[in-house]
Amino acid sequence: MSVATERETWVGSAIPRIEDEALLRGEGRFMDDIDPARNAGHAAVLRSPLAHARIVRLDASAALDHPGVVGVLTGADVAAMSRPFPVGVEDAPPYYAAAHDVARYAGEPLAVVVARDRYTAEDAVELIKVEYEPLEPVLDPEAGEIVSDRSFSYGEPDAAFAAADLVVTGRFAFPRWTACPVECYGVAADWNEATGVLTAWANFQGPFTLHSVAAAALGLRGSKLRLITPPNSGGSFGTKATVYVYVVLIGLASRKLGMPVRWTEDRLEHLAGSSAATARVTGVEAAFAADGELLALRYDALEDVGAYIRAPEPASLYRMHGALTGAYRARHVAVRNRVALTNRCPTGLNRGFGGPQLYMALERTMAIAAGRLGLDPAELARRNLIAADDFPYRTPSGGLYDSGDYEGCLDDVLELSGYEARREKQRDARRNGRLYGIGLACCVEPSISNMGYVTLALTAEERAAGLPKSGNAEGATVAVSPLGGVTVLVGTTPQGQGHATVAAQVVADALGVGPEEVEVLTAVDTSTSAWTVSSGSYSSRFSGVGAGAVHLAAQKLRAKIAAIREYHGDESLSLRRVAGIAHWHTEALPPGMEPGLHETAFCAAPNLGAPDEEDRVAASAVHGFIADVAVVEVDRATGRVAVLDYTTVHDAGRLLNPLIADGQVRGDVAHGAGAALFERVVYDEDGNLLTGTFMDYLCPTAPDLPPLRIGHRETPSPFTPLGAKGLGEGGTMSVPVAIANAVADALGVEEVEVPLTPARVWELLPE
Amino acid sequence: MKPAAFRYERPESVEEAVATLAEHGDEARVLAGGQSLVPMLNMRLARPSVVVDVNRLPLGDVTRENGSWRVGATVLQADPRLAEIPLLAECIPYVGHFVTRNRGTVGGSIAHADAAAELPLVLAALRGSVVTSTGRTIPAAEFFVTHFTTALEPGELLVETVWPAAEAGLRYAFEEFALRRGDFALCAAAAVAGPNELRVVVGSVADRPTPIDVDPARPGASAAEQVEPWGTLHASPGYLRQLVRVLVDRVVERVA
Repeated sequence: MSVATERETWVGSAIPRIEDEALLRGEGRFMDDIDPARNAGHAAVLRSPLAHARIVRLDASAALDHPGVVGVLTGADVAAMSRPFPVGVEDAPPYYAAAHDVARYAGEPLAVVVARDRYTAEDAVELIKVEYEPLEPVLDPEAGEIVSDRSFSYGEPDAAFAAADLVVTGRFAFPRWTACPVECYGVAADWNEATGVLTAWANFQGPFTLHSVAAAALGLRGSKLRLITPPNSGGSFGTKATVYVYVVLIGLASRKLGMPVRWTEDRLEHLAGSSAATARVTGVEAAFAADGELLALRYDALEDVGAYIRAPEPASLYRMHGALTGAYRARHVAVRNRVALTNRCPTGLNRGFGGPQLYMALERTMAIAAGRLGLDPAELARRNLIAADDFPYRTPSGGLYDSGDYEGCLDDVLELSGYEARREKQRDARRNGRLYGIGLACCVEPSISNMGYVTLALTAEERAAGLPKSGNAEGATVAVSPLGGVTVLVGTTPQGQGHATVAAQVVADALGVGPEEVEVLTAVDTSTSAWTVSSGSYSSRFSGVGAGAVHLAAQKLRAKIAAIREYHGDESLSLRRVAGIAHWHTEALPPGMEPGLHETAFCAAPNLGAPDEEDRVAASAVHGFIADVAVVEVDRATGRVAVLDYTTVHDAGRLLNPLIADGQVRGDVAHGAGAALFERVVYDEDGNLLTGTFMDYLCPTAPDLPPLRIGHRETPSPFTPLGAKGLGEGGTMSVPVAIANAVADALGVEEVEVPLTPARVWELLPE
Repeated sequence: MKPAAFRYERPESVEEAVATLAEHGDEARVLAGGQSLVPMLNMRLARPSVVVDVNRLPLGDVTRENGSWRVGATVLQADPRLAEIPLLAECIPYVGHFVTRNRGTVGGSIAHADAAAELPLVLAALRGSVVTSTGRTIPAAEFFVTHFTTALEPGELLVETVWPAAEAGLRYAFEEFALRRGDFALCAAAAVAGPNELRVVVGSVADRPTPIDVDPARPGASAAEQVEPWGTLHASPGYLRQLVRVLVDRVVERVA
């Protein structure tokens, strides 16, 4: 395919991804393709079969005697050799990389066997004798230990409720679900006793705050934990943030045995023991005026984080804290957030992080309110959307929405989906007894998370005792070689998002070369890369601060190149010639100029202050917008939901590469459709995982996905260097609730719960 | 997900395969396409000490004989020669996915006897049979005993399945309900009807393909009364009974 030239710059052009040729040729380099630590032993993990049990005795002697076994690391070793992982709430139960006295979820690591190969290691795992004393498991979060309970109030919600003409109440559940990347976790670890450095290779995705968390558990200064990511990662969608726990576990095995150790997580381990999104039940009260104006909201959220609160939790509850009022102008909001422990696998990042749960509560409430008010949901939304000239807009809870045209996006999605015609069709279908429904969702999609938002789990007084946290920054390096070749290093650990292509586009614009002439290195090495604690790929931050850092570094180089050309009085001096001067002929540089062409820059998102004394926080730097329309028909006989048409309109600011943007939206909608119709992690009453294989954890496949129409609107962000906002996470926020709204509309019921599986929907069918 | 150690045997003839199976008895498992056995090995749900690979055996023919199609045990589910066999051809698109059908065999699926599998259901509906290495011909109605259990004796190998060919005057229908394309059926039903007969068999809602005596006046409802589904994570017994009602009505309507 030739290069699209509909724009004057590479940025904004829909060029195909430069990553794809290597991936299609099988030349990607994923964790299992690299062999960085020669002669490593292969690890297999013994995991608790019980959800809650005291470990009376763990005897590994038969495993140690098994031919080919090198050694065993037990939970007791882990407790002796490391510290609990730091976490953002007070008085949380200690969490280690393996359990030693009590196992708290089925799948929790108890020991690691290292052997000459994985087969032998798995054989030996079976030889470890464990005596368990079963303890009563807690599966109901209402009965679980509450490790954080905070209440917030902004504006005057009580007065607003007293003045309301209509109060809508509801209780909205979002189940535990996950991401299922094709490549599971992988770690190789090499502990050097002489230098005291643990070098670990892992398909980690950031945030690199978790590097500090891992280093603290190991008792290492950050510089002694050298973490290196492979060039490619086979998807993550948040879940591989948690591989840091295994960096510690496998690192300790390497230290104990005095040899490099590697471990590749298999699918059974991944489903049982990696991570998942929190399950949340949110009670909502919403106060409306008679004309449909949303006056105030009260939320009461109970979050199930599983057996331990594991960093970065309880961030799921606070990621959306600046956006609690969604896309609407309501000025009064009260929240209670409780975090409960249950005997399930601990939770963590999953695409949309906190957004799916919030919008299931808010956008279901809006749909129910529209019904009660006798308004079309689109009309109710229109009456409440923040107006285009209200930006930048400060939300009651402290969020700062940078820019947008929400009503314009709503108009776009109504037109693109043929909304009016669909409503007409719905009237006809209903006359014929068909169950035809239309659902709407309007979601503000935040990107670039504030490093300080999770400290809202602490009171203002508790926060004052520690170092305030704020901001979000990324680093990048751009270098020109002596022969004029261009290399870029990014710290954003892409897992398929096409960061290399966009970085090449940004640099191509700055240096006047083609993107294909730019080499982009995506492997991060914490000992040599330009990174910050907020580095990584999460909260859709690449297009803002990731590409922003590349842009700033490239502009520094551009200025230096221009200065050399000016000094030589020749503006047309080739890049190769300029590079020659900077490297080979440094006497010809302008007086005082440093030699070389090698620039690093850091890009910090603005307006991300630490939470204030009133608990207000700008939790994210920029905010996109999504308006979705789902059209469904429910089969009366089987309860099957057919999504006849799905339309999504995004405003993600300036699109750096529209082709990649569409790909991100497609993947995101697929992930959201999974939550809407198929996916949930289920444990039985004893805490056994019932969705431990892909036979029962149902990811949709291509033929199971709805037909999709995508629209874009581009309202540039004033807060990012290139005017871009994040995207690729909002579909998990909008799709589940848009489909839930459509199914509720089809059935004429208010209570629906995702995933809307045929058996569940059948139970809801009208007589 | 690495299998426990096993010995791998790849006999070249049926006689050699049978001898190997006889030698190892319960300790041996037959490997055909591996689409069920290999995951079970990897998850250590199956732990045979010997795996007997039958892919080199000369069991790849499809022939027509005396009004029936005789399908060798290692014929692939994707084999285009199956296209003329009634019901079987219709159910093949529901059997896993394109890539699994390129490995999975007809004989393997029959011998595996998964209660949710399509091929056993269709063999039962057609009143086909299984031919074994001992020369026995076992009617489908007797072959499927319960979940993952057949009438094969230890050391006995399925060598051929026999599928009655299409008959003038008979009509055939297959319907399935699964949660995803290519997924295991929550319920499946097949019907064969002629001037004087109506055969209906349901699958996945019982431990083996289950013939149903349907009341032609209310086929689905009468079928639902005759099953006792056990319920799964994804479907309650009541819902599965509803699927029996719906699918049996659909197949009976199609063959009417």
